[in-house]
Amino acid sequence: MAKSLLLICRQSPWAGTAAREALDIALAGGAFELPIALLFMDDGVLQLLPDQQPALLEQKDLGANLQALPLFGVDQLYVCRDSLARRGLADAALALPTTPLQGAELPALVARYDLVMTL
Amino acid sequence: MKFAIALFSPPHAPASRRALRFAEAVLAGGHEIVRLFFYRDGVYNASSALVAPQDEADLAAQWRAFVSDHQLDAVVCIAAALRRGVLNAEEAGRYGREAVSVTAPWELSGLGQLHEAAQMADRLVCFGGD
Repeated sequence: MAKSLLLICRQSPWAGTAAREALDIALAGGAFELPIALLFMDDGVLQLLPDQQPALLEQKDLGANLQALPLFGVDQLYVCRDSLARRGLADAALALPTTPLQGAELPALVARYDLVMTL
Repeated sequence: MKFAIALFSPPHAPASRRALRFAEAVLAGGHEIVRLFFYRDGVYNASSALVAPQDEADLAAQWRAFVSDHQLDAVVCIAAALRRGVLNAEEAGRYGREAVSVTAPWELSGLGQLHEAAQMADRLVCFGGD
Protein backbone atom coordinates (compact mmCIF):
# COMPACT_ATOMS: atom_id res chain seq x y z
CA MET A 1 0.00 0.00 0.00
CA ALA A 2 1.24 3.46 -0.88
CA LYS A 3 2.58 5.63 1.90
CA SER A 4 0.48 8.66 2.76
CA LEU A 5 1.96 12.15 2.57
CA LEU A 6 1.03 15.29 4.46
CA LEU A 7 2.24 18.52 2.84
CA ILE A 8 2.38 21.48 5.20
CA CYS A 9 2.08 24.75 3.27
CA ARG A 10 3.29 27.69 5.34
CA GLN A 11 4.12 30.37 2.78
CA SER A 12 1.91 33.16 1.51
CA PRO A 13 0.78 32.83 -2.11
CA TRP A 14 2.81 35.78 -3.41
CA ALA A 15 6.03 35.61 -1.38
CA GLY A 16 7.90 33.76 -4.12
CA THR A 17 7.60 30.32 -5.59
CA ALA A 18 7.09 28.38 -2.34
CA ALA A 19 3.32 28.08 -2.54
CA ARG A 20 3.32 27.11 -6.19
CA GLU A 21 6.14 24.60 -5.79
CA ALA A 22 4.45 22.98 -2.79
CA LEU A 23 1.24 22.62 -4.77
CA ASP A 24 3.22 21.10 -7.64
CA ILE A 25 4.34 18.32 -5.28
CA ALA A 26 0.71 17.67 -4.37
CA LEU A 27 -0.47 17.67 -7.98
CA ALA A 28 2.38 15.39 -9.10
CA GLY A 29 1.57 12.95 -6.30
CA GLY A 30 -2.12 13.13 -7.10
CA ALA A 31 -1.34 12.20 -10.69
CA PHE A 32 0.23 9.00 -9.32
CA GLU A 33 -2.88 8.45 -7.20
CA LEU A 34 -0.88 8.69 -3.98
CA PRO A 35 -2.77 9.48 -0.77
CA ILE A 36 -1.88 13.14 -0.16
CA ALA A 37 -3.27 15.70 2.25
CA LEU A 38 -2.48 19.41 2.62
CA LEU A 39 -2.35 21.44 5.79
CA PHE A 40 -2.37 25.21 5.35
CA MET A 41 -0.89 27.04 8.30
CA ASP A 42 0.88 30.28 9.19
CA ASP A 43 0.96 32.55 6.10
CA GLY A 44 -0.04 29.53 4.03
CA VAL A 45 -3.67 30.13 5.00
CA LEU A 46 -3.57 33.25 2.80
CA GLN A 47 -3.47 30.91 -0.20
CA LEU A 48 -7.07 29.99 0.59
CA LEU A 49 -8.53 33.47 0.35
CA PRO A 50 -10.90 33.87 -2.62
CA ASP A 51 -10.95 36.72 -5.14
CA GLN A 52 -7.23 37.30 -5.24
CA GLN A 53 -5.95 39.55 -8.02
CA PRO A 54 -2.54 38.16 -8.97
CA ALA A 55 -2.57 40.10 -12.25
CA LEU A 56 -1.91 43.28 -10.24
CA LEU A 57 1.38 41.67 -9.16
CA GLU A 58 1.99 40.37 -12.66
CA GLN A 59 1.64 36.87 -11.27
CA LYS A 60 -0.13 33.80 -12.55
CA ASP A 61 -3.27 32.74 -10.70
CA LEU A 62 -2.43 30.24 -7.99
CA GLY A 63 -6.13 29.63 -7.48
CA ALA A 64 -6.29 27.51 -10.62
CA ASN A 65 -3.70 25.13 -9.13
CA LEU A 66 -5.64 25.01 -5.87
CA GLN A 67 -8.91 24.30 -7.64
CA ALA A 68 -7.16 21.48 -9.51
CA LEU A 69 -6.34 19.62 -6.30
CA PRO A 70 -9.66 17.73 -6.04
CA LEU A 71 -9.42 16.84 -9.74
CA PHE A 72 -6.09 15.17 -8.95
CA GLY A 73 -7.64 13.26 -6.09
CA VAL A 74 -6.14 15.52 -3.42
CA ASP A 75 -9.24 16.31 -1.39
CA GLN A 76 -7.99 16.00 2.19
CA LEU A 77 -7.43 19.69 2.90
CA TYR A 78 -6.87 21.05 6.39
CA VAL A 79 -6.36 24.55 7.69
CA CYS A 80 -4.94 25.74 11.00
CA ARG A 81 -7.69 27.61 12.81
CA ASP A 82 -5.24 29.60 14.95
CA SER A 83 -3.36 30.79 11.86
CA LEU A 84 -6.63 32.07 10.42
CA ALA A 85 -7.64 33.75 13.68
CA ARG A 86 -4.28 35.50 14.08
CA ARG A 87 -4.77 37.06 10.66
CA GLY A 88 -8.34 38.16 11.40
CA LEU A 89 -9.71 35.47 9.11
CA ALA A 90 -11.53 33.28 11.64
CA ASP A 91 -14.84 33.72 9.83
CA ALA A 92 -13.52 34.32 6.33
CA ALA A 93 -14.95 32.41 3.40
CA LEU A 94 -12.26 30.21 1.86
CA ALA A 95 -11.80 29.28 -1.78
CA LEU A 96 -11.73 25.54 -1.06
CA PRO A 97 -13.56 23.28 1.38
CA THR A 98 -11.11 22.69 4.22
CA THR A 99 -11.29 21.08 7.64
CA PRO A 100 -10.21 23.51 10.38
CA LEU A 101 -7.94 22.08 13.07
CA GLN A 102 -6.52 23.54 16.25
CA GLY A 103 -4.39 22.67 19.26
CA ALA A 104 -3.74 18.97 19.74
CA GLU A 105 -5.57 18.15 16.52
CA LEU A 106 -2.54 19.40 14.57
CA PRO A 107 0.09 16.98 15.93
CA ALA A 108 -2.56 14.24 15.75
CA LEU A 109 -2.93 14.98 12.03
CA VAL A 110 0.83 14.86 11.48
CA ALA A 111 1.01 11.53 13.33
CA ARG A 112 -1.56 9.97 10.98
CA TYR A 113 0.67 10.31 7.91
CA ASP A 114 3.62 8.16 6.89
CA LEU A 115 5.46 11.09 5.31
CA VAL A 116 5.48 14.80 6.11
CA MET A 117 6.98 17.59 4.03
CA THR A 118 6.98 21.29 4.91
CA LEU A 119 7.46 23.95 2.26
CA MET B 1 17.58 1.26 6.29
CA LYS B 2 16.74 2.98 3.00
CA PHE B 3 16.76 6.78 2.96
CA ALA B 4 15.38 9.29 0.49
CA ILE B 5 16.84 12.74 1.05
CA ALA B 6 15.32 15.97 -0.31
CA LEU B 7 17.04 19.35 -0.23
CA PHE B 8 15.23 22.64 -0.83
CA SER B 9 18.00 25.14 -0.04
CA PRO B 10 20.93 26.47 -2.08
CA PRO B 11 24.56 25.53 -1.38
CA HIS B 12 25.22 28.71 0.60
CA ALA B 13 22.41 27.89 3.06
CA PRO B 14 23.18 25.92 6.23
CA ALA B 15 20.62 23.29 5.24
CA SER B 16 22.76 22.22 2.30
CA ARG B 17 25.71 21.45 4.54
CA ARG B 18 23.47 19.68 7.04
CA ALA B 19 21.92 17.57 4.31
CA LEU B 20 25.32 16.57 2.94
CA ARG B 21 26.71 15.67 6.37
CA PHE B 22 23.52 13.69 7.08
CA ALA B 23 23.83 11.85 3.77
CA GLU B 24 27.47 11.03 4.53
CA ALA B 25 26.46 9.71 7.94
CA VAL B 26 23.73 7.57 6.38
CA LEU B 27 26.28 5.78 4.21
CA ALA B 28 28.89 5.65 6.97
CA GLY B 29 26.30 3.94 9.16
CA GLY B 30 25.86 1.19 6.60
CA HIS B 31 22.50 2.43 5.33
CA GLU B 32 21.37 3.04 1.77
CA ILE B 33 20.37 6.23 -0.06
CA VAL B 34 17.77 5.34 -2.67
CA ARG B 35 17.76 8.83 -4.13
CA LEU B 36 18.80 12.41 -3.49
CA PHE B 37 16.21 14.88 -4.76
CA PHE B 38 16.95 18.58 -5.23
CA TYR B 39 13.98 20.93 -5.37
CA ARG B 40 13.25 24.65 -5.13
CA ASP B 41 16.53 26.57 -4.56
CA GLY B 42 18.15 23.21 -3.83
CA VAL B 43 18.64 22.84 -7.57
CA TYR B 44 21.58 25.28 -7.31
CA ASN B 45 23.56 22.55 -5.54
CA ALA B 46 23.79 20.80 -8.90
CA SER B 47 25.15 23.82 -10.74
CA SER B 48 28.77 23.72 -11.84
CA ALA B 49 28.61 27.47 -12.50
CA LEU B 50 28.91 28.47 -8.84
CA VAL B 51 32.22 29.88 -7.67
CA ALA B 52 32.72 29.75 -3.92
CA PRO B 53 35.20 32.22 -2.35
CA GLN B 54 38.54 30.51 -1.74
CA ASP B 55 38.20 30.58 2.04
CA GLU B 56 34.64 29.25 2.07
CA ALA B 57 33.33 25.72 1.73
CA ASP B 58 32.33 24.82 -1.83
CA LEU B 59 29.19 22.82 -1.12
CA ALA B 60 28.26 22.38 -4.78
CA ALA B 61 31.65 20.78 -5.39
CA GLN B 62 31.29 18.65 -2.25
CA TRP B 63 27.87 17.43 -3.40
CA ARG B 64 29.23 16.60 -6.83
CA ALA B 65 32.10 14.61 -5.36
CA PHE B 66 29.82 12.82 -2.90
CA VAL B 67 27.34 11.82 -5.59
CA SER B 68 30.10 10.70 -7.96
CA ASP B 69 32.16 8.82 -5.39
CA HIS B 70 29.17 6.80 -4.20
CA GLN B 71 27.44 6.61 -7.61
CA LEU B 72 24.20 7.85 -6.12
CA ASP B 73 20.93 8.52 -7.86
CA ALA B 74 20.82 12.33 -7.71
CA VAL B 75 17.79 13.95 -9.34
CA VAL B 76 17.26 17.67 -9.86
CA CYS B 77 13.65 18.79 -10.39
CA ILE B 78 13.49 19.88 -14.00
CA ALA B 79 10.76 22.51 -13.55
CA ALA B 80 12.50 24.10 -10.56
CA ALA B 81 15.81 24.01 -12.42
CA LEU B 82 14.47 25.58 -15.62
CA ARG B 83 12.99 28.58 -13.83
CA ARG B 84 16.34 29.12 -12.06
CA GLY B 85 18.51 28.76 -15.15
CA VAL B 86 20.12 25.52 -14.00
CA LEU B 87 20.22 23.65 -17.32
CA ASN B 88 21.87 20.59 -18.75
CA ALA B 89 22.89 20.46 -22.40
CA GLU B 90 19.63 18.88 -23.49
CA GLU B 91 17.44 21.56 -21.87
CA ALA B 92 19.74 24.40 -22.95
CA GLY B 93 19.38 23.13 -26.51
CA ARG B 94 15.61 22.75 -26.18
CA TYR B 95 15.13 26.32 -25.01
CA GLY B 96 17.90 27.96 -27.01
CA ARG B 97 20.06 28.94 -24.03
CA GLU B 98 23.84 29.18 -24.07
CA ALA B 99 24.58 28.37 -20.44
CA VAL B 100 24.92 24.72 -19.45
CA SER B 101 25.65 24.21 -15.75
CA VAL B 102 24.44 20.67 -15.05
CA THR B 103 26.37 17.63 -16.18
CA ALA B 104 26.77 14.07 -14.92
CA PRO B 105 26.33 12.77 -12.23
CA TRP B 106 23.20 14.90 -11.97
CA GLU B 107 19.99 14.04 -13.74
CA LEU B 108 17.11 16.43 -14.48
CA SER B 109 13.72 14.83 -14.03
CA GLY B 110 10.24 15.41 -12.67
CA LEU B 111 8.60 15.53 -9.26
CA GLY B 112 7.39 11.98 -9.77
CA GLN B 113 10.96 10.97 -8.89
CA LEU B 114 10.54 12.55 -5.46
CA HIS B 115 7.33 10.64 -4.83
CA GLU B 116 8.84 7.40 -6.12
CA ALA B 117 11.87 7.81 -3.84
CA ALA B 118 9.65 8.55 -0.84
CA GLN B 119 7.62 5.42 -1.56
CA MET B 120 10.72 3.23 -1.98
CA ALA B 121 12.54 4.46 1.11
CA ASP B 122 11.98 3.60 4.75
CA ARG B 123 12.56 7.25 5.63
CA LEU B 124 12.16 10.52 3.73
CA VAL B 125 14.31 13.24 5.27
CA CYS B 126 13.90 16.81 4.00
CA PHE B 127 16.28 19.72 4.51
CA GLY B 128 15.65 23.41 4.00
CA GLY B 129 11.86 23.47 4.05
CA ASP B 130 10.31 26.75 5.09
